[in-house]
Amino acid sequence: MGLEIGIAAVKAVVVLLMLLNLAGLLGWIERKGSALIQDRIGANRAAVFGFAGAGLVNTLMADPLKFITKEDVVPAGADRFLHFIAPCVSLFPALVTFAVIPFGDVLEVGGRVINLQVASLNVGILYVLAMVSLGVYGVVLGGWASNNRWSLLGGIRGSAQMISYEIAVGLSIVAMVMTYGSLDLQVMARAQGGVLSPWLPLPAWGIFYQPLAFLILLCGGMAESKRVPFDLPEAESELVSGYFTEYSGVKHLMFFMTDFVEVIIVSGLLTTMFFGGWQVPFLARDGFHFPGGSAVLLPQLAVALLQVISFTVKVVFFCWLQIMIRWTLPRFRYDQLMRLGWKGLLPLALANVVLTGAVILAVHT
Amino acid sequence: MSLALFLGFAVLLVLSALGVVVQRNPVRSALSLVATLFLLAVTFLFLDAHLVALLQIIVYAGAIMVLFLFVIMLLNLQAEPREAGRWGLKLFGTLAASLFALELIELARTKGAAPGGGMAGAVAEGFGTTEALGERLFTHFLLPFEITSVLLLVAIVGAVVLAKRKVT
Amino acid sequence: MVPVNYYLALSAVLFGIGALGVLIRRNVIVIFMSIELMLNAVNLAFVAFARQWHAMDGQVIVFFVMTVAAAEAAVGLAIIIAVFRNRETVNADELTLLRW
Repeated sequence: MGLEIGIAAVKAVVVLLMLLNLAGLLGWIERKGSALIQDRIGANRAAVFGFAGAGLVNTLMADPLKFITKEDVVPAGADRFLHFIAPCVSLFPALVTFAVIPFGDVLEVGGRVINLQVASLNVGILYVLAMVSLGVYGVVLGGWASNNRWSLLGGIRGSAQMISYEIAVGLSIVAMVMTYGSLDLQVMARAQGGVLSPWLPLPAWGIFYQPLAFLILLCGGMAESKRVPFDLPEAESELVSGYFTEYSGVKHLMFFMTDFVEVIIVSGLLTTMFFGGWQVPFLARDGFHFPGGSAVLLPQLAVALLQVISFTVKVVFFCWLQIMIRWTLPRFRYDQLMRLGWKGLLPLALANVVLTGAVILAVHT
Repeated sequence: MSLALFLGFAVLLVLSALGVVVQRNPVRSALSLVATLFLLAVTFLFLDAHLVALLQIIVYAGAIMVLFLFVIMLLNLQAEPREAGRWGLKLFGTLAASLFALELIELARTKGAAPGGGMAGAVAEGFGTTEALGERLFTHFLLPFEITSVLLLVAIVGAVVLAKRKVT
Repeated sequence: MVPVNYYLALSAVLFGIGALGVLIRRNVIVIFMSIELMLNAVNLAFVAFARQWHAMDGQVIVFFVMTVAAAEAAVGLAIIIAVFRNRETVNADELTLLRW
């Protein structure tokens, strides 16, 4: 009993550390990537003993230090308690969403088989949806607690956008649940092993079964995390910082980190549901099994390591993709954004669900 | 051990429910209600109702309470001032509600016997999962399900019509 | 192992607190929130009974109660918005147009 709790605690700590590190690294990828796209150099002044490390020292050491040591300003007339908890309410659901995303198959250590997923709920994907809908509170409270009408405007816009796109995201997830017959993400990841068919040696990933759901989840996920091109709530050229204008220091850091953690969540979901999660093509629990018949056997630890690395590479790829999209596309106007959500993505997602149901019915009879 | 845990959650639930009713700032009342809903979802988890617990968070805490907060912010409601009089109303209200709650507790104490498996018996393997709920929902409760979807449609249309600004 | 009476007592207390809110408060939105609290107390009783009788029907009823509560909240809040636009108040004592 104590050992079970210990193993779960170790898994939770490992996932949390992976997440926080990746969120920090994403800040650096964003600044350097945007600089490369815009044909400029980016931040490279902060240096330790002359080593500037292409902006790494600046983003990973100087920036967090600056945020932490800044004065915490609460605007006059603002509700102090709400101003205090809004960043926490924003960051907490984003961090704990990762509890149900599997980062590997199993790890056999000392005779124990450890499932590489922090919490294997039988309603796994609904937990993700629950935490995403709790993220709206951070935006709403952040806008309200600032006692600033432009922050309130950003907050209301942000929450209206989030609840509109939640529906399309939920429906695309429903289509994936119908395809795999389970709400548990580990079951979905495991079902994507193997190949599509013997004469088509492509891995049986979800994207070949549900390309439309992938596109809807990509667009809807970017709208949920309020990234460009959907970042009107935080429109830097109009509302300064929108709903988190009046937050300085660590509170600003927490709101900012929520942005990157949500990017990682969307990447994690896309990877797990559409790109096989931790699956490496042709890798089973005891080694590689190629379609020709040859096999390369590996110790279980190496297999687990390969799977974790594969998961990380795929997640980083999707994070990079979202960052590239951010610095390529202009911003949506608010009515265009709402029209896309309600009149574009929602009917598409519904049609996808109906089509999936029809195909499943046809295949099973 | 689970009794101690249940009592802890019960105390927290009662405190946050009192917070809804007592606080003068409507935004803080709404947040107390969100905390109550969260604690109730955890209580549902103790009762092996996994799907219902998550639905509580998705639907109640994540959608309905956001709507409440929206309306409070839209109408820009500030904290109510302390009222001088009305102590008679408050006293009567407290007495009536306490009497009602005590009656219900007494009823539960005497009539709440334990047939049908009881709380101590372990539940079936798939109890409280999505499959079990869906199986009951789409076979035995199919008609209420269809009527509820019509009800939701009516509610959507009604809410839009009521809250629209009249174009004059 | 917690006897079902304890859950029912908790549900009764929550229901009483919700009723208290409806009786005492004058802000229409807080009255509405107390009604939601009462609905949740009922949900707790249903789930406790479902657990006691090992029957999923209790949880199905909770599902319906949540749906109906959502519909009711949407329409009720729309009504409050419409009333506020005309009367500029959400105090139940001042909405006395239909009084004798």
